Amino acid sequence: MTIDFSKYPDEHGHFGPYGGVFAPETLMAALEQLKNEYELVKNDAAFLKELAEDLQNYVGRPTPLYYAKRWSEHLGGGKIYLKREDLNHTGAHKVNNTIGQALLAKRLGKKRIIAETGAGQHGVASATVAARLGLECVVYMGANDVVRQAPNVARMRMLGATVVAVESGTKTLKDALNEAMRDWVTNVDDTFYIIGTVAGPHPYPAMVRDFQAIIGREAKQQALQHENKLPDVLIACVGGGSNAIGLFHEFLEDDSVEMYGVEPAGLGLETGQHAAPLCKGKPGVFHGNRTYLMQDKNGQILGTHSISAGLDYPGVGPEHAWLKDIGRVNYVAVDDEEALQGFRDLTRFEGIIPALESSHALAYATKLAPTLSKDKMIVVNLSGRGDKDMNTIAQIEGIEF
Amino acid sequence: MSRLHTKLATLKMAGKTALIPYITAGDPNPKATVGLMHLLVEKGADVIELGVPFSDPMADGPVIQKAVERALIHNVSLDDVLEYVRVFREKDAETPVVLMGYLNPIEAQGYEAFANAASSVGVDAVLTVDMPPEESKGYLEALQQANLDRIFLVSPTTPDNRLSAVNEKGSGFVYYVSLKGVTGSKELDVGDVARNMKRLQQSLNMPIGIGFGIKDGATAFEMAKIGDAVIVGSALVKLIEANQSKGSYDIHLAIGNKMTEFRTALDNADALKRSGVEYELV
Ligand SMILES: Cc1ncc(COP(=O)(O)O)c(C=O)c1O
Repeated sequence: MTIDFSKYPDEHGHFGPYGGVFAPETLMAALEQLKNEYELVKNDAAFLKELAEDLQNYVGRPTPLYYAKRWSEHLGGGKIYLKREDLNHTGAHKVNNTIGQALLAKRLGKKRIIAETGAGQHGVASATVAARLGLECVVYMGANDVVRQAPNVARMRMLGATVVAVESGTKTLKDALNEAMRDWVTNVDDTFYIIGTVAGPHPYPAMVRDFQAIIGREAKQQALQHENKLPDVLIACVGGGSNAIGLFHEFLEDDSVEMYGVEPAGLGLETGQHAAPLCKGKPGVFHGNRTYLMQDKNGQILGTHSISAGLDYPGVGPEHAWLKDIGRVNYVAVDDEEALQGFRDLTRFEGIIPALESSHALAYATKLAPTLSKDKMIVVNLSGRGDKDMNTIAQIEGIEF
Repeated sequence: MSRLHTKLATLKMAGKTALIPYITAGDPNPKATVGLMHLLVEKGADVIELGVPFSDPMADGPVIQKAVERALIHNVSLDDVLEYVRVFREKDAETPVVLMGYLNPIEAQGYEAFANAASSVGVDAVLTVDMPPEESKGYLEALQQANLDRIFLVSPTTPDNRLSAVNEKGSGFVYYVSLKGVTGSKELDVGDVARNMKRLQQSLNMPIGIGFGIKDGATAFEMAKIGDAVIVGSALVKLIEANQSKGSYDIHLAIGNKMTEFRTALDNADALKRSGVEYELV
């Protein structure tokens, strides 16, 4: 492939026909300021040094690349390695991005940060960095997610954040994002909006990707150390797409590396009860960018379903939309049941309790690994740990607290 | 010259401020909309702004969010909204109609198909909240081809260097969002609006309508002193919500009274302006 992926997005935030800045007028100046500031810092040695130190000493990077030997042997095919983002401080990849954006917020002199969250991992990561920097923090979370991710709600509150349960629309992640946008429009002068995934208006998709790309940079080196070669296959779950792009980006120009982004098929792609815009949606404009969306024929955004709150979103980052169209990444889907089995398998074979989001990537690995020979190397992004999902799982498995 | 342009020019010549009420199409139900549009005109509307329901109205406050939800219970689509305008035009060939909404329903139809359909039923202009001038290639040309005016928003945070794009790409009027916030917000700062309007009037080559947060006659009066048009939305939509269970008679009564309050305020401000009396901006 001859594409120079480092040239994307263009200066207006476009990945081919996707991305862009489709924002209300009141935010345009703030987005322009953010874009300019980010352009400055991304090549600024002092900023990058501070970021690197925070990632090492506060987050605990680098995260290991762990060979899941017993599970791989059980599946009887390719060797599965797990990129252990679950071992980050706060328990998911989300913090890689919040650390970066919080440093920007500080540079811009903002006193208050806001965030949207689905699973609560991004909310926890935002509340965490806010506590550390002494900033006020408000997290918007769909009312349904407040219930199903209760442990994370408690964590955010302990960290001093205000959690606002959003009662409008479908009461999930997209509605939390709407409400965060409304807050930002109202408080744009003193507030920094930390978006938690590679969606939203430019520069967010590019900036969040850059902050998450450390996952793939580390994984590449670690793969060379372990197996003395590049991985053959990468697998990551896709909600908005930040952990997936974080793993994939470093490898996009390595033609030999196959990539799978795994969307949630919910109750099944044919039922309509899913959150798989790349597999089943079509392009449109939502939350500030053009991308694949779950929408009806009139352009109304559809409600979604996934057992995993962090994947329960009708859109997806614009770079993924483009990577789909150019055929560089394969987008597939696994349903709730398959994800639960992935969850059980990793727990029982490796003693690692994964997040339900990450369990989607694991479930796809259980399908793919047996079809590959034993010399093939698969890297699965274990984007987060499952502590937050205890309520959901206990209920399903009939385990009492 | 477009119907909207002519209307605003005529009012300006007569020294009158345009009153532009907003309602959400299909609220509280699809049957109500055309009747409400005629009522608005009867009570002094110069232009009607008709909201196209969208599932995720990011820039709207709770009042209009709920209006959109009421409309979407009936699955009101962009096509339905165009149909309301077509029926409205059977009895009113004069009052300009501006569609206000979000981009995705228009994307779903395709820019050209939408522009042609809108133009053919008698829509005059389109305002798309999440379509800034920077992204408007294709959209702009389609509207232009169909002789539809392109309304853009300007806000207190819009820097001077973006106003030229609005001059170049917009037409009809410019919608000045009077405050940082969503529709229906409370704190409109009259002095702040006045200061910003001075800046805008120097740079913009079109009439300027002021909207967001104008909830009563007193505020409308202040805004009429400094703007070419006053746009009122949540204050009316709130009355639909409050009276929906009572039925259309009560809704019409309440909306009619509120419109009279706004119209009277604008007429008073206009009389003051025409009298040439020096007035202090707050
Ligand atoms: C552990 C974990 N993985 C994945 C996701 C999905 O987000 P993204 O697709 O941006 O990685 C979330 C979101 O909450 C998450 O908490």
